[in-house]
Amino acid sequence: MPAPIRLRELIRTIRTARTQAEEREMIQKECAAIRSSFREEDNTYRCRNVAKLLYMHMLGYPAHFGQLECLKLIASQKFTDKRIGYLGAMLLLDERQDVHLLMTNCIKNDLNHSTQYVQGLALCTLGCMGSSEMCRDLAGEVEKLLKTSNSYLRKKAALCAVHVIRKVPELMEMFLPATKNLLSEKNHGVLHTSVVLLTEMCERSPDMLAHFRKNEKLVPQLVRILKNLIMSGYSPEHDVSGISDPFLQVRILRLLRILGKSDDDSSEAMNDILAQVATNTETSKNVGNAILYETVLTIMDIKSESGLRVLAINILGRFLLNNDKNIRYVALTSLLKTVQTDHNAVQRHRSTIVDCLKDLDVSIKRRAMELSFALVNGNNIRGMMKELLYFLDSCDPEFKADCASGVFLAAEKYAPSKRWHIDTIMRVLTTAGSYVRDDSVPNLIQLITNSVEMHAYTVQRLYKALLDDISQQPLVQVASWCIGEYGDLLVSGQCEEEEPIQVTEDEVLDVLEGLLVSNLSAAVTRGYSLTAIMKLSTRFSGVNRIKKVVSIYGSSIDVELQQRAVEYNALFKKYDHMRPALLERMPIMEKSASNGPTEIVQTNGETEPSVVDSKHPPPVSQPANQANDLLDLLGGNDVVPVIQTTVPTKPASAGGELLDLLGDLSLSGVPTPAPSVATSQPSFLLDGLSSQPLFNDIAAAAIPPMTAYNKNGLKIDFTFERANPNPNVAVITIHASNSTEADMTDFVFQAAVPKTFQLQLLSPSSNVVPALNQGTVTQVIRVLNPQKLRMRIKLTYTLKGSPVQDLAEVNNFPPQSWQ
Amino acid sequence: MEMQFMLLFSRQGKLRLQKWYVPLSDKERKKISRDLVQTILARKPKMCSFLEWRDLKIVYKRYASLYFCCAVEDQDNELITLEIIHRYVELLDKYFGSVCELDIIFNFEKAYFILDEFLLGGEAQETSKKNVLKAIEQADLLQEEAEAPRSVLEEIGLT
Repeated sequence: MPAPIRLRELIRTIRTARTQAEEREMIQKECAAIRSSFREEDNTYRCRNVAKLLYMHMLGYPAHFGQLECLKLIASQKFTDKRIGYLGAMLLLDERQDVHLLMTNCIKNDLNHSTQYVQGLALCTLGCMGSSEMCRDLAGEVEKLLKTSNSYLRKKAALCAVHVIRKVPELMEMFLPATKNLLSEKNHGVLHTSVVLLTEMCERSPDMLAHFRKNEKLVPQLVRILKNLIMSGYSPEHDVSGISDPFLQVRILRLLRILGKSDDDSSEAMNDILAQVATNTETSKNVGNAILYETVLTIMDIKSESGLRVLAINILGRFLLNNDKNIRYVALTSLLKTVQTDHNAVQRHRSTIVDCLKDLDVSIKRRAMELSFALVNGNNIRGMMKELLYFLDSCDPEFKADCASGVFLAAEKYAPSKRWHIDTIMRVLTTAGSYVRDDSVPNLIQLITNSVEMHAYTVQRLYKALLDDISQQPLVQVASWCIGEYGDLLVSGQCEEEEPIQVTEDEVLDVLEGLLVSNLSAAVTRGYSLTAIMKLSTRFSGVNRIKKVVSIYGSSIDVELQQRAVEYNALFKKYDHMRPALLERMPIMEKSASNGPTEIVQTNGETEPSVVDSKHPPPVSQPANQANDLLDLLGGNDVVPVIQTTVPTKPASAGGELLDLLGDLSLSGVPTPAPSVATSQPSFLLDGLSSQPLFNDIAAAAIPPMTAYNKNGLKIDFTFERANPNPNVAVITIHASNSTEADMTDFVFQAAVPKTFQLQLLSPSSNVVPALNQGTVTQVIRVLNPQKLRMRIKLTYTLKGSPVQDLAEVNNFPPQSWQ
Repeated sequence: MEMQFMLLFSRQGKLRLQKWYVPLSDKERKKISRDLVQTILARKPKMCSFLEWRDLKIVYKRYASLYFCCAVEDQDNELITLEIIHRYVELLDKYFGSVCELDIIFNFEKAYFILDEFLLGGEAQETSKKNVLKAIEQADLLQEEAEAPRSVLEEIGLT
């Protein structure tokens, strides 16, 4: 059997392979040879074979068949074998496989070997990959070695102990006695590893931490060691660019941080040394800055004097100006951590931080962005926003979403004026429109609605933006919503804030129709524009065009559009009298908690008064014609015209051609903010706009029903309930029944009440009252503040082809209905 | 400083050394290596030496044709990690005499031995360059002593 080829030769051979396939072939051949060699239990060449296997493993080829061989090597007496064996174990074995446990005994023996280098191998392997079972078994040996006077072994034992503690935290206690005089060692290796061990123990256990603070007086010892390092002269063995053992200095500083945290005495004891390190360390090379960095982290974490904290922040400020981008990076990271606690100190470096937005490195830009947002306040908002918007323009796509959200938040918190706020939003939508989050569209609509005096300006600007670019969906959605709402302001040209533009109704409709047909528009956007077109039917004079558009989309393939168009069509045909009321202006929406991350608007600074006025009644644009009739009849002033708002109970309710007008604002499935409006007086009318009609929840109070009208075969009964949760609301359900032989079709019930009351009429169950009492039409009336109620009702229907109309007064309400 | 792993790889993405201080399966290690190597090779020279990757901080530096890459934890000092990497390169340099990538390719096991004398469990065990090199020297001697008699016997044919 020829001797297996040497390692170096194999490496050389494999490297001559020109293709992956060639390499694979060589490796397979060699693996086969190695396998047979293993099978023959060849002791001489095992080491060589395993070494080759390790090389091939590094190239990515499987080597699991060598695992047991590594164990055999470890068990061998030869140092070479052990060296390769332990290396193989660390590379090929992992603690998930039971095979590794076979190592335990070997390691135990080697920990007690006469040669320190063998002991060293064992400690290294255990400290690198020892599983919890192995650590449990061997902790005692490690502890023994921790007390040896051999510094070569002592330092390794210390780090091995760290690993044991990480794997089996309960064993921490047993290492405590051995730590007693670790720090009195002169050997830097032992010192360094001891500090690591002490750090591990203090981090894991508050009891240990307290023990080391009080009983062992750790802080003074560490301070002394650190002082020696700084003050001592040049020591060639540990010198790095003029600094003595920076690794040890950094570890000590980190341990001091843990000891000083939340502890006044310890913090005081280390103040001086921290100041000394902070001022005396050379900053020309990375190594000095590494120490300064650790010092800053420590100063910020302990209870340091304010002078020291300012010193730390200034060091970070200097870091920001350093040419080395790594230094700038750590400075920004640290400032981000301290910006909450030391806000004013960090503010001083704001301009440098903003400059970092222009850095080439992605990580630095991200940190600078986060820090900039943290530093925005009422005083610097204008300047900061300019920089941030410029950043938004030019940054990578991965930043745009976060930056846009940040801009919105900051604008909301600190906007100096409404106009500025809206301009800022416009800017974000036009530059990063496709990256804004989904919930920003409803939030923005809410903001715009609430800025009443800016409506004309906003719609004009949005219109102009639409003319430029219709590809950014959030912008298009907000714009179409606004045009739908405020289109009348747009064509009337009454903008105060800037030069009003001349635009005709047809031009506006052109734009909206353009959105409907454009390939760039998402389905959601099309929905927005169709609804906007519909809304304009009450705001524009040329209704025919709108009717045409709406009827075309009644056969659209998109089901959502189709449904909308069909419903709008119905609105034109059968419910034209309801149309104006349905499509009137949106009222002010108060921001409730369910709106997500938006916060209360604080307009600080300039002109406009706060707009959110909950007493502001919803403006009625065009009262229903019939209400006018009733007004006349009831003699003028003490009657409030009925606003027949309809309830979107369930959007697809059978037979209920009712529109989910306010569903526009929640197309992405987010719970509709608009309906959950403040519960003050005016919004009483909108109370019922939750998806479940409230009257379903009411406990029926025992109020007797009454007959309100009975004539010509049409009988209308009233039944009463008290609304729950608002006991001042009486809920009346009318039941209309028809005792004639023919159906009464196109049945409409209307009611008017004196001004002191408020009335809401919900949708009827149907508009056909079946003949011969075969069924009833029901409709719900909600009355607020019922005292002695009186009501005028008007009924219209068609019977046997001829229309019938009647008026009646209802006075016989039972007393219980208002008490 | 909880170093999770250290990787050395060439500019073509070939692994030259991988030291893992956390228990992971071979498959997981392969995946991490592959992904991370690709990420780092995609970075431009002007970018900083630190990046966030998954939930780790990566510190890397290129020396000639080799990338040295360490994964550390959130609270670790990146700047001193750079110093650790530099110290390792210095050790290799001293040992091999003006080290280049080929030295590490052909003597990978020695590179591991040196690393294992410098770091243990992801932490530095010896901060003196001299001491690390001395220990390696002694261990190498020990190895030679063990080898020497055998090769003589081999020559005579009495294996």
